[in-house]
Amino acid sequence: MARSVTQNRKIINTSAAWAVGLLIFFPILWTILTSFKTEAQAISDPPVFLAFDWTLENYGAVMERSNYARFLWNSIVIAGGSTILGIIIAVPAAWSMAFVPSKRTKDILLWMLSTKMLPAVGVLYPIYLLFIKLGLLDTKFGLTIVLMLINLPIIVWMLYTYFKEIPGEILEAARMDGASLKEEVLYVLTPMAIPGIASTLLLNVILAWNEAFWTLNLTAAKAAPLTAFIASYSSPEGLFYAKLSAASTMAIAPILILGWFSQKQLVSGLTFGAVK
Amino acid sequence: MYLKASLGAATAMALVMGSGAIADTITIATVNNGDMIRMQGYTDDFTAKTGHEVEWVTLEENVLRQRVTTDISTKGGAFDIMTIGMYETPIWGANGWLVPLDGLSEEYDVDDILPAMRAGLSHDGTLYAAPFYGESSMVMYRKDLMEKAGLEMPDAPTWEFIREAAAAMTDRDNEINGICLRGKAGWGEGGAFITVTGNSFGARWFDEDWNAQFDQPEWADALNFFVGMMEESGPPGYATNGFNENLSLFQQGKCGMWIDATVAASFVTNPEDSTVADQVGFALAPNTGLGKNANWLWAWALAIPAGSQKVDAAQEFLEWATSKDYIELVAANEGWANVPPGARTSLYANPEYQAVPFAQMTLDSINAADPQNPTVKPVPYVGVQFVAIPEFAGIATEVSQEFSAVYAGQQTVEEALEKAQALTNDAMEAAGYR
Repeated sequence: MARSVTQNRKIINTSAAWAVGLLIFFPILWTILTSFKTEAQAISDPPVFLAFDWTLENYGAVMERSNYARFLWNSIVIAGGSTILGIIIAVPAAWSMAFVPSKRTKDILLWMLSTKMLPAVGVLYPIYLLFIKLGLLDTKFGLTIVLMLINLPIIVWMLYTYFKEIPGEILEAARMDGASLKEEVLYVLTPMAIPGIASTLLLNVILAWNEAFWTLNLTAAKAAPLTAFIASYSSPEGLFYAKLSAASTMAIAPILILGWFSQKQLVSGLTFGAVK
Repeated sequence: MYLKASLGAATAMALVMGSGAIADTITIATVNNGDMIRMQGYTDDFTAKTGHEVEWVTLEENVLRQRVTTDISTKGGAFDIMTIGMYETPIWGANGWLVPLDGLSEEYDVDDILPAMRAGLSHDGTLYAAPFYGESSMVMYRKDLMEKAGLEMPDAPTWEFIREAAAAMTDRDNEINGICLRGKAGWGEGGAFITVTGNSFGARWFDEDWNAQFDQPEWADALNFFVGMMEESGPPGYATNGFNENLSLFQQGKCGMWIDATVAASFVTNPEDSTVADQVGFALAPNTGLGKNANWLWAWALAIPAGSQKVDAAQEFLEWATSKDYIELVAANEGWANVPPGARTSLYANPEYQAVPFAQMTLDSINAADPQNPTVKPVPYVGVQFVAIPEFAGIATEVSQEFSAVYAGQQTVEEALEKAQALTNDAMEAAGYR
């Protein structure tokens, strides 16, 4: 009896999880399906789900009009660069906060996070003027720095949480064995925190990839990433939903594939330390 | 060999120096609509003629507006040409943010620009942006449904006729709404529509002393009429319908009439996208007999920001893209129905263009809008569906949100007008107009 209840509960839980998963994934699925429709099918009412004439014409039109490879390359450089740079700065910062905390560590952590509470538009003009002065407007380097700074509080927070789970005694033992600070961080701490670092890395790549305020406002033609590519297909005067869906699918495809292949690391990293 | 190479280089240099032209790469910010995308396709023609390369930044209209405003107000110089509208041009021209277009070449024939467009894109008589295409709004209606209702659409209908026809065409069982109109909040969406409707009812945003006029009976008449008609014959949920939502409904045969931008004519008559392509008729936007029709005036125009380092090359592009030659280039390759409309007088004198079904009605609609005298009573501002002051976009967005709340049944017309009156006067006082 007890066994059948457990079995039933398992079925219910699994079904509920699938239902929630499909619900969350549905907008993406709909975007992908719409990208294979004609513009007329894309707006048809009632909407068609699968029974339509599948076409690749939207992808052809998008490829013909836009230099997808350039947008993609810019996204890779900006998202990858800002994440790696962020990790390089955040690992020592999180180490010091986790293992040699001061009276003010908690305050500093909160203060860092508070910078995320400011609406981005509030600092648009100062940063724009700085970028003009420094010649960073419409450069991948400038955008990499800004995105790194924006995501840095999250990177530090995540790494700090993971580092706190590592017993300080292990690092102490390494020090007693004569490891220098650099060796301690590089060869003892980092290997142990790999799942945490990997998930932080992945999450930040996703955040930087999808960032659409600074990437639109600080770029023009040269450094514009895939967010600008999508924005170029949106129109309040004209129904180009199928082309917009094709552009969106092309923009999210790389990050979706990356997420799919690294979901194990993402889940293990994000739940690291969640259950004690 | 060395001598030959040197001679070659010297000749090339002399040619470049002699012509006084140095090839530049210019960056152009533009919106994503059919005519602009088509223009991008002809960039090679411009490069072949001038040697200048072009880099395009295409963005959604609202994103573009924010992006170019940031750049131009900081003199960032990220763009050499910006695609801007009739609302921004006089304001930015007055601020000294745009390069005045007083040095255009003789072949360009600046006097050929439609007078309404030229007036709307100028400040103190100086042109600051060249119209790429212009538009107004007009009635698009289903000829078959009109016939079935036993009515005939006049060339210049009154609002009363429109309401009567809408009720007669409505067939709820078959999902046919007599009329589809914008109700979506936003100064350029539902805000624009209700403003021109107000104009035709004798309403105005401000009196000569910049006092808000929402407490006047004309606004109550206009809004009550609009809400009453939409409740009788409009689609459900019209409070969130904008251009695209109505275009979709009309193309699927779910609207008897649609009053919106003249540029929509080419969409609804395109058999590839529209199920009613061969049944669409056109008429002037309605009036109430007071001398003002409910139609707006808009242009997407090219302007050179004062921060550009490549003004000469930018001006060459601007002249090329808004020239008579460009129109002929598009006509030769894609037919007269696809040329950018509403910018040049000579286009409407062309017999081949006159054969395009919506050409004459577009011109008549443009000519029926007067940005200098948009309302029945006098006003201190320029602009038909907007007031050309920097504060307007913010105020009108809030006012249109109040109106949309009426359309959604969340408040009464009186409550919305009371709030609109208060918030407009407060904002104008804070800005120093009152």
